[in-house]
Amino acid sequence: MTEPIFELNDIVVTVNHGTPEQINIMDHVNLSVFPGDFITILGSNGAGKSTLFNVIGGNLPVTSGQILLNGKDITNMSVEKRTRFLSRVFQDPKMGTAPRMTVAENLLLSEKRGQRRGFAPCHLKTHMDKFKQITSVMNNGLEHRLNTATGKLSGGQRQALSFLMATIKRPDILLLDEHTAALDPQTSQELMTATNDQITRNHLTCLMITHHLDDALKYGNRLIVLDNGRITYDIAGDEKDNLTKEELLSFFNDIEE
Amino acid sequence: MSIIVSAIGQGLTWGIVGIGLFLTFRILDFPDMTVEGTFPMGAAACVAAIYSGASPLVATLIAFVAGMLAGLVTGLLYTKGKIPVLLAGILVMTAAYSVNLRIMGRANLSLFDKPTMLKNHFLESLPPYFDSVVLGIIVVVIVTALIVYFLQTNLGQAFIATGDNPNMARSLGISTDAMQIMGLGVSNGLIGLGGALVAQNNGFADVNMGIGVIVVALASIIIGEVVFGDLTMNQRLIAVTIGSILYRFVILLVLKLGFNANDLNLISAIVLALFMMFPVLEKRFRIRHTLAKGMTKHD
Repeated sequence: MTEPIFELNDIVVTVNHGTPEQINIMDHVNLSVFPGDFITILGSNGAGKSTLFNVIGGNLPVTSGQILLNGKDITNMSVEKRTRFLSRVFQDPKMGTAPRMTVAENLLLSEKRGQRRGFAPCHLKTHMDKFKQITSVMNNGLEHRLNTATGKLSGGQRQALSFLMATIKRPDILLLDEHTAALDPQTSQELMTATNDQITRNHLTCLMITHHLDDALKYGNRLIVLDNGRITYDIAGDEKDNLTKEELLSFFNDIEE
Repeated sequence: MSIIVSAIGQGLTWGIVGIGLFLTFRILDFPDMTVEGTFPMGAAACVAAIYSGASPLVATLIAFVAGMLAGLVTGLLYTKGKIPVLLAGILVMTAAYSVNLRIMGRANLSLFDKPTMLKNHFLESLPPYFDSVVLGIIVVVIVTALIVYFLQTNLGQAFIATGDNPNMARSLGISTDAMQIMGLGVSNGLIGLGGALVAQNNGFADVNMGIGVIVVALASIIIGEVVFGDLTMNQRLIAVTIGSILYRFVILLVLKLGFNANDLNLISAIVLALFMMFPVLEKRFRIRHTLAKGMTKHD
């Protein structure tokens, strides 16, 4: 068995500490992510999906527990340092791109994710051919708008750009936070297909939050369900492939009761 | 004629202050009040340095450093101390008043019989007021070129991204705190530099010369934007200096109408307010449409 690339060991996040409202929004969570895992994450509102991503990304300090990357403790590593191995696409298309900068400038910024940025000229023009090639795989006309300010793009193009920016420099772990949820059904489906192509072709390790049971079943090799800050369901491989929507639904109904 | 040349010289010198404020106000999207303290601080540091025997050039560079240090304090209060940036700027601006009095030892220092950057053979051989124009052009060109270069470096792009979308910048590993501290430092350094040049132009430094600086600098930025409309980043930087010169012409015009110099801050504020309201006024009164109609021949 291969070693996990990333581990959460007994993670607890407590809020409103010492008040009557004290609650664990992450409640003794254990998770081992293996290289090449494409994990879809389901859970109702407030189940802890975003909290999980904020813990992984370092935006939210943990109360107790340990986070390991390739066996090394990164529990207290800053958000900026974690970007060396981690990238993230948010639900809101506005979150992941700089609106007044052009598409090409945004891509160039993301190419240096987690690296030192110095006084060397950025040489935007020498990157244009490569950017054209990279953006054309999204099949939505982005390659013709490299010199357009990102704020003028459609939501779908902007979110496709966010996805490219997260993967242009290969991340060890990719976090997708309902990145197709703000788009219309057609665009959402197109981006999801492109996303899956990229992840499987490049063997990326990815965690994807989604609200669509269909997407959660269709994509990925592993599925986890969160409830009340705990992982209540975690299946992979053939077992996941054979899972039906009815079974998944009945499982959700169990939670509700 | 000479009054127009003088206005251009002032516009160029104040253009540096406008460019300094552009870095925070437009790129970082900060209302930075520190400038009202760093402008006289630059003037005070420069004049005090000349008094203690430094060459005018060195004294002017010292003014840059003095302004930058004050800007760094604002940056640290904001990023590390978590004080809102408007308040952090006001705190440093207030503190700077006392510091400036310390630097000069009194409220006002004259450069009457002291060397300045304007007192050399070449500049003194020029017709009246052309000295400040030539010096202004040299400094504006150097400053603009440096900023234009900086903004297209990897660091400069990270700086722009920080102002544009700090969340995204952080998610790409950019230290937004460092970018904001740097921006406030360089911005106020330039404003200190502008203060030093204005002091040498006027022949004195005064602790109260900072009042209204932010309005004048903002006016340069806004007038440039209203006049030229949609521009690239590099063009916008140049537009600030042109806006600064146009602002001087507007002031000149208003003074010609019979207002006196005591009304200057009132006029500055009104001019800025009018230009800032331009988009609203334009919509309501269709100014561009009316202007265009007035320019074309009637059938």
